[in-house]
Amino acid sequence: MLARVRDWLDERFGWDELIAPLRKKTVPVHRYSHWYFLGGITLFLFLIQVGTGILLLLYYRPSANEAFESVQYIMTRVEFGWLVRSIHSWAGNLMILTAFAHMFSVLFLRAYRKPRELTWVSGMLLLFLALGFGFSGYLLPWNTLAFFAIKVGTEVAGQVPLIGKWLVVFLRGGEEVTGATLTRFFGFHVALLPGITTLLIALHVALVQRFGISVPRSLEAQWKTLPSVKREMRFFPNFLLRELMAWYVALGVLGALAALAPWELGTKADVFAPAPAGIRPEWYFLFMFQTLKVLPAKVWFIDGEVLGVLAFGAGGLLWLLLPFFDRNGQGRARQWILGAGIFAVAYIIAMTVYGYAAK
Amino acid sequence: MNVGKQIERLGMMNMAERPFRDHVVLLLRLGLPLLFFPAAAPAQSENSCLDCHAALDPPLQVSPESFGQDIHAQKGLTCTSCHGGDPSSMDPTVSMSRAAGFRGKIRRGEIPALCARCHSDAAYIRQFNPSLRTDQFSQYQTSIHGKRLARGDTKVAVCADCHKVHDIRPASDARSTVHPLNLAETCARCHSNSEHMKGYSIPTDQFAGYAASVHREALIVRGDLSAPTCATCHGNHGAAPPGVASVEFVCSTCHVFQAQLFDSSPHKAPFEAMGLPACVTCHSNHRIEHPTDAMIGMGSESTCVKCHSPGDAGYEAAENIHARLAQLETAINTADQVLDRAERSGMEVSQARLEQAQARDALTKARVTFHSFRVTRVDEDVNAGLKVAALTFQAGVKALAERDYRRKGLAISLVTILVVLMGLRLYVRWLESDRQTRSPSVQE
Repeated sequence: MLARVRDWLDERFGWDELIAPLRKKTVPVHRYSHWYFLGGITLFLFLIQVGTGILLLLYYRPSANEAFESVQYIMTRVEFGWLVRSIHSWAGNLMILTAFAHMFSVLFLRAYRKPRELTWVSGMLLLFLALGFGFSGYLLPWNTLAFFAIKVGTEVAGQVPLIGKWLVVFLRGGEEVTGATLTRFFGFHVALLPGITTLLIALHVALVQRFGISVPRSLEAQWKTLPSVKREMRFFPNFLLRELMAWYVALGVLGALAALAPWELGTKADVFAPAPAGIRPEWYFLFMFQTLKVLPAKVWFIDGEVLGVLAFGAGGLLWLLLPFFDRNGQGRARQWILGAGIFAVAYIIAMTVYGYAAK
Repeated sequence: MNVGKQIERLGMMNMAERPFRDHVVLLLRLGLPLLFFPAAAPAQSENSCLDCHAALDPPLQVSPESFGQDIHAQKGLTCTSCHGGDPSSMDPTVSMSRAAGFRGKIRRGEIPALCARCHSDAAYIRQFNPSLRTDQFSQYQTSIHGKRLARGDTKVAVCADCHKVHDIRPASDARSTVHPLNLAETCARCHSNSEHMKGYSIPTDQFAGYAASVHREALIVRGDLSAPTCATCHGNHGAAPPGVASVEFVCSTCHVFQAQLFDSSPHKAPFEAMGLPACVTCHSNHRIEHPTDAMIGMGSESTCVKCHSPGDAGYEAAENIHARLAQLETAINTADQVLDRAERSGMEVSQARLEQAQARDALTKARVTFHSFRVTRVDEDVNAGLKVAALTFQAGVKALAERDYRRKGLAISLVTILVVLMGLRLYVRWLESDRQTRSPSVQE
């Protein structure tokens, strides 16, 4: 039966010809090969989010009066609604975790170097988009924690010099966080960001396909001088089956998290209530939030928060353009990038832990 | 220098007669406060009373700083408004002369009438504060304080004892001695002083009792300024203990439903016949503690057993009501425990939590309805609460069952995933070993 379908497709679309590149594609095999799975797992989690997000859309209502109640309805009355919503939320968080891990693995394996600069840039843009998904999606249940976290988060955006005020009004749809903000964030979350992300994922995957998978520089040199030690695996089906196994593991983890620790709903946001104590953003923004908190009000003559926002903005831009600072792949630039990578990982972990420990 | 002598010297000498050293000392003592309190200084610059009294030692001292914050000073009144005299002259023989209308220190017995000159004059008061009452003096005359003062007892409270003298602040000012937060301490200054109260044959433990009361807690701990303090029940200017017959009316100004229920209860007539004050008989007066269900029934803390004994209808009714209240409370707590467990497991039970509040409301209502002292009426509220508690308990049980269902589903899913993983792993092995023999997938 399958053979007949395949023949039918081949006759009309040239199926064999279409998938021929996949058959030829290989994946390097070495002691760091397992890091290659991270990109695929991130993609899998994104697809999970698309699927569960579409299901949530069937019941979710993006207005300040109905959002909380609709999510509550999904969690309590809709058949398996709790599972869909919990998986959606957990998958979002895990996706950001795997995206960060993927980015740092690429950095430390120096897979960003020529000719893969644009693969890195598109990947970094996807990471920023993932953070945007997290930020916009966090508000959608319209609960107290989310409301105040978004209020604080958008206030931080107001610190950007020159365009800060405009940026706040743009994000909030007005001066304050209101129902207009919710509608706007819903638009970002389900239309704008998925559209851009889909295009960028297509570009990112196409670039990976075009340039193949990077091999660490030391191995590359070794394999060049001694081709007999070179080890590769066919992408299809060998690597793909292994990737499938990784996806299954991710699915198991997601299911366990959703069943044992369903994503909580909290209490409905009250725009007139005072902010509860201990408001903080999601874990992936906590290192930035905590940095802004510990900065003094004034650093020389610059406002502390403005300085922090500028520093993170400049840091993000430098990180995006990182491959262009490591052109020859040797010497001081390489050492600097390695050092910056180690520092970034240590800083993010330390400030996140500090953010959770601090009252 | 002794205060009496100091003022005597200042009064007797004119400026020319004073020794040079006194001029310097006086100049320094008058000048320094002006330096430190410049805000108060301009308004008092023509006021020789304040200039001298700022430099004197207590009790003749009047600080320009505190007088500057006195509501009267802020409205433009000066020392002469009460004491007479001529503040424009620095010569005490002129400024404090009878010719200038100087009245000196106002005698305690004359203080209420002095204050009433303005505070009973509605037309005069209106220009400063149109909403301020002008019946304080007439009320005072009906109070125990006023009556005793009229009989010549000058130990009783007069205006200045509660409101202070030269730094009188409006009652709405939290620093005022008559602000709700401070009033009980102000009354206690006399009423808790057993030495001062000697001869009046009234207890001095009112403040100690009130300090332990639910009313004081509401006022101080919860910051509820509408919570009762001394004046709420006794009146302020017309302060007097409410009589046995009026106690219920005093309490019912806030506890409306309890009073209505009590009025139609079987206790109303016997209480009146026995001369028992309505609310106070069970709840006490100043030491009104948190009422508990233990006050009802037959336990050691019960107030019912003061009058009822085994075998009478009241005893049986109290026992029944206590049992019914306990039943509802137990049902609510049990439902809470189940909902807590479900919530800790991550289950969404906010709707049941919301409904649980209705059960608690029913319990509160039943405790109010208790004041009808009729089992059937309490039963109505208890049954309504039990019905809700049963539903919320069921919601909790259902949530726990759902949690178990999810966990079973998870276990089955994980086993399935594990089996698929093992299958995939075996397939990959087979694939690679098979290919290795024919066309190896791993090129070395």
